[in-house]
Amino acid sequence: MGLDVAFWILAVVGVTAALAVVLLGDVFRAALSLVLCFLAVAGIYLTLNADFLAVVQILVYVGAISVLIILAIMLTREVQRGSPSNRLRIPALFVAALFLVVVIYALLNTNWQISSVPPLEPTTPAIAGLLFGEGGFILPVEIAPILLLAAIIGAIVLVREK
Amino acid sequence: MLADYGYIGLLLIVAIFFAVTTLLIPFSLSLPARLAIYSRKFRHYIQTRWPLLARFIPPLPSPPKFMQIVPYNPSPVKNSTFECGMETIGKSWVQFNFRYYFYALVFIALDVLVVFLYPWAVELRGLGFSGLFAVLIFIGIIIVGYIYAWKKKVLEWK
Repeated sequence: MGLDVAFWILAVVGVTAALAVVLLGDVFRAALSLVLCFLAVAGIYLTLNADFLAVVQILVYVGAISVLIILAIMLTREVQRGSPSNRLRIPALFVAALFLVVVIYALLNTNWQISSVPPLEPTTPAIAGLLFGEGGFILPVEIAPILLLAAIIGAIVLVREK
Repeated sequence: MLADYGYIGLLLIVAIFFAVTTLLIPFSLSLPARLAIYSRKFRHYIQTRWPLLARFIPPLPSPPKFMQIVPYNPSPVKNSTFECGMETIGKSWVQFNFRYYFYALVFIALDVLVVFLYPWAVELRGLGFSGLFAVLIFIGIIIVGYIYAWKKKVLEWK
C-alpha cells in the first residue's frame, strides 16, 4: 500500500518533470527539472529494492551529470533566448512519433521474464562482496580507476589553454 | 523498503511535498484568475483581427470572483527584476569563467570514485583488510590524476 502510493507519487512527479524538460523554453529551468526527474527515478529504484542503483543514480546523475549540464549552460552565450523551434519541427515530430510507435510495439510484444526468486533485500553488501571480496571481480575494479585516470588526464590535456 | 531506510524515504516524500506546495498549489490557485485574463486577451485578439468572426463567438464564461483567490495581474513593473530598489542595467546572465570546466571534469571523475567507495564502506567489516588494500590501490591510482591536475595548475584560482 505504502509502496504503491510512493510509486504513484514518484511516477507522476517524474513524468511531469520530464514533460517540463521538453516544454519549458528556459534552458536553465529545463535542466533543473531534469534534476527533479532524475531524483524521481532514484526514488522509483528505491521502491524496487534496488538501493545501490538508487544511490548511483543520485551520485552520478543528480550530482555529476546535472553539474556538467548546468555548467555547459552557464558557459553558453545568448542562452536567454531559450530553445526556439527551427524548421525541422515537423520532421522531428514525425520521427519522434515513429520512434514512440516502435517502442510501444516492442514493449507490448516482448515476452517479459519475471523471476520467481524474491529480490535480495539490501543489495549493496552483496555487490560489495562481489566487487572487493574473495573470488570477486577485483581486477576489473582495479582497472576502473585507470580509466578514470585517463579521463582526468585526457580532459586536462584536451581543454588546457596553451 | 522505504521503511528500511529510516527517514530517507520520509525526507524524499517531504521534498516532493515541498515542491507540490510551493509550485503547484500557488499556480493552480491562481489558475481561475489566469483563465479570466487569458480569455479577455483572446477576445481582444479576435476582435482586432477578425471583427466579423467575433460576433459568432459567444463570450467565454469568466470564472466567478470567489474562485479567483490568488489574483493574477501582471504588469511590466511587477515582472521587473527587483534588486534593492536599484534599477537593473544590462543582462542578468553572467557567463562562467572557462576554468570552472576543469573543476567539473575532475569532480565527475572523483564522483565515480565515490560510487566504488560506497559499497566498500557499507560492507567495511565483512571485507576486512583485503578490501582496505584494494581500495587503497584504487585511490592511489586516482591520486596520480589528482596530483597531475594539481601540478598543471588546474586547481588554481586566477
